[in-house]
Amino acid sequence: MRAHLMLGLLAMAVGSPLHAAEIKMDDQSQLTQQTSKDAGEQYFQPPKESELPANAYGELVQQGRAIFVDTQKYAAEYVGNGMNCTNCHIEQGRKANSAPLWGAYPMYPAYRKKNDKVNSYAERVQGCFQFSMNGKPPAADSHVINALTAYSYWLSTGAPTGQELPGRAYPEVPQPKAGFDLAKGKQIYAEQCAICHGDSGQGQKAGDGYVFPPLWGKDSFNWGAGMHRINTAAAFIKESMPLGKGGSLSDDDAWHVAAYMNSHERPQDPRLVEGSVEKTRVRYHANDGVNLYGQEVGGVVLGQGIK
Amino acid sequence: MKLTRWPLAGVAALLLTMQAQAADGQKIYAQGGANPAAMACGTCHGADGMGMAAAGFPRLAGIDAAYTRKQLADFRSGSRANPIMQPIAAALTDDEIQAIAATLEAMPAPSYAAIGRAEKTEGAGATLALRGAWGRNIPECVACHGPGGVGVGESFPPLAGQSAQYLSAQLNAWRQGTRKNDPNDLMGHIARSMTDAEVQAVSEYFASVGLKEVSQ
Repeated sequence: MRAHLMLGLLAMAVGSPLHAAEIKMDDQSQLTQQTSKDAGEQYFQPPKESELPANAYGELVQQGRAIFVDTQKYAAEYVGNGMNCTNCHIEQGRKANSAPLWGAYPMYPAYRKKNDKVNSYAERVQGCFQFSMNGKPPAADSHVINALTAYSYWLSTGAPTGQELPGRAYPEVPQPKAGFDLAKGKQIYAEQCAICHGDSGQGQKAGDGYVFPPLWGKDSFNWGAGMHRINTAAAFIKESMPLGKGGSLSDDDAWHVAAYMNSHERPQDPRLVEGSVEKTRVRYHANDGVNLYGQEVGGVVLGQGIK
Repeated sequence: MKLTRWPLAGVAALLLTMQAQAADGQKIYAQGGANPAAMACGTCHGADGMGMAAAGFPRLAGIDAAYTRKQLADFRSGSRANPIMQPIAAALTDDEIQAIAATLEAMPAPSYAAIGRAEKTEGAGATLALRGAWGRNIPECVACHGPGGVGVGESFPPLAGQSAQYLSAQLNAWRQGTRKNDPNDLMGHIARSMTDAEVQAVSEYFASVGLKEVSQ
């Protein structure tokens, strides 16, 4: 066990410098889970859109907001799937307990243990594009990153830097005592999720554009995205799904349905190690929350990727 | 010779049947169903299927067939209460419902501008439609009904092209519980969180926004 762990660490230590340039981790593990607020305490209130100044700064913020809510259209060249930023960051990135931008921006630069370096905010957002958007990271000095940074900075107006604000994450949901159950998850999915996301997790479009994001398959987030962790997905689902009816699923049901969603194939982890799912699992997934990458489900090893 | 004639006759009969089937929906729309209580749709919903705004009769043209079938079934069961539509839905046969739903889906409707969350907003209606009121767990209307409220699939009907009278009547029906036919109370719980002013503003917003051009 210890030898195994040491080997893993050694592999990471050897592997990291080689990949440091392109690897952007979509990892929330640096968060502590002291995220809920005490009774009577208010969550941080981001400024109102009506308070935006009518100048170049206000315009850049609005462009960042547009990219954030319609990434498909306004950052199309960097997006490789059917997602928009706001699919996971509800209310245009404003909502507490839904990974709001005002909770993230003031925490950077930050050391992230999984890529073993201090990440700038731009690098953190690049990670979203590479994994959650299954696309290409925009350059750090690109318009897309500048606009998203301006939007995040503006939403954080008045927030303290370097302090973990209540509501900054998806509140952790305890695992079911008997573990997650894919059969139950399938049933919950059919009853609660399929009406929007489709019978096969394929999402739904109006015309050419996705309205409801694909949850698995070729147009969804890839195996490197934080949402591929069942614990992360359960926390998101419990808080925000079905849209507008957050908190309506039980903790156990949130886990079951999160596990069902993440027991399907999706685009490959772009960090794929030497073409090997097993090597990738050992290096990036073995110690990354609860996930099914490289695990056998229904006789098939997940993590093959899908294009 | 005789042998070859029979299959031809069969094909001809089939074509006639299909034509009769296809004509059926249009005939019901214009003249009503076999049961006289199933009045002609066009009387209230207009010859072009675009409804009658002043009376609150909704647009039916271009509506997803599965959505229409469900609404007619729900009028029958009473989960969508409406004194005019309940007896009509009850008087339509299942076959007639199939035919009329397909006809309505095929009726040409104007195309509407896909105004999404990226747009700036002015006024309470646009703000609710494009930003939501998340303090009360009200999502952006367009998050489910699509940009511009054009409708998505069989469960999220178009808001675009509906009159303010119809839209506000439906929101109020959900608030009062006379309409409770939405899957998992997805619309009901939102409507019940809305204020009178919001109902009015958002109904007016979708009634007036996004008309781009008439396609036919």
